[in-house]
Amino acid sequence: MNEFPTPIATVPSTSNKTGGWRTFRPVILYDKCIRCMICWKFCPEPAIKIVSAEKYQAKNAAIAKLDAPEIDYDYCKGCGICANECPVKCIDMVFEEKLEG
Amino acid sequence: MKNLTIPEEEYMLPGHTACLGCGATLAMRYTLKALGKNTIITIPACCWAVIPGVYPSRTLEVPLLYTAFEVTGAAVSGIRQALSAKGIEDVNVVGFAGDGGTADIGIQSLSGAVERGEDIFYIMYDNEAYMNTGIQRSSSTPKGAWTTTTQVGKVRDWKKEKKKNMVEIMAAHGIPYTATASIAFPEDFIKKLEKGKKIKGPKFYHVFSTCPTGWLVSPNKSVEVARLAVDSKVFPLYEVENGIYNITYMPKKEVSVKEYFSLQGRFRHLTEDEINEIQKEVDESWRILIEKEKWSKSLIKV
Repeated sequence: MNEFPTPIATVPSTSNKTGGWRTFRPVILYDKCIRCMICWKFCPEPAIKIVSAEKYQAKNAAIAKLDAPEIDYDYCKGCGICANECPVKCIDMVFEEKLEG
Repeated sequence: MKNLTIPEEEYMLPGHTACLGCGATLAMRYTLKALGKNTIITIPACCWAVIPGVYPSRTLEVPLLYTAFEVTGAAVSGIRQALSAKGIEDVNVVGFAGDGGTADIGIQSLSGAVERGEDIFYIMYDNEAYMNTGIQRSSSTPKGAWTTTTQVGKVRDWKKEKKKNMVEIMAAHGIPYTATASIAFPEDFIKKLEKGKKIKGPKFYHVFSTCPTGWLVSPNKSVEVARLAVDSKVFPLYEVENGIYNITYMPKKEVSVKEYFSLQGRFRHLTEDEINEIQKEVDESWRILIEKEKWSKSLIKV
């Protein structure tokens, strides 16, 4: 028997909650969001999930039919690419300490 | 209903240890989206060797093999041959290396693999220096850039040499397919990978991926900088298929090199004259590329 087996990495990195790196928290304003998913497309984590259309309210009926983006704050490092790329600028970067109150 | 322009499947997990706004992680994410589950990735020493985290952490949903710095081309050749010997042909064998592991240290094994005509993908994610070890200059660092080995202080020792053109080197090998791509244009990149899946033989991709840490760029500007590189013609998007050039994206608006440089701290020491000189070189290589496209297309037999 092999006493020292070949090292194979088996633990998913999801056990590492990188949300603690964050200084600025991206907050999606869903009433302005057009659900184009550009934020999802450019997230380097990826920490933006696609959730069902009904979960969030939208003003426009056509937009309300589309699945919505949702940020997973367990993993978001707060790089701000989503806020920078958003075509309607509906993502605010909020200083974390302010949210703490 | 989903409003997506790229495949939804995700083969990269969050929780990895890449820097904020890392372009290399986007390059990997798009690669796996296009190539899918039947993929084996090989990674030499580079940023991606540390991104999955400390052992036993893994961040990809596909097999990943770590190799030494200079042998990515040899390792992927071996995997491909072993799979073929076992009669497995539907697996994409991918070498995923940085610019140092491709253009400098790994060029001999890559050249060998391409010359032998192995059925592999080779993706060079280009962050324009040895970022993992502390921003040392590589042959892929552009002219004018500051790095920790081309420092700018009392002596202005910024990099005076031009960036190595890997796609030209690959085209000179007579490679069936080679292309440039950018993290700011994922649809274009995925389309090129889809095209590569249909071609037997070596495929080489030069992917421009921003490094906010090494380029002294704000992390939120990561994708914007990559887009400006393409729009300013510093990094044109094109493909070379059996010697025929094809420009896949024509910049729509005029962006100067100065505008592209202005977002990056690594170019802030350059004077107006030096930037103008680089602008001239960029314009010249863009003109040559357009001529090459025209000329090579005129060679196609009807």
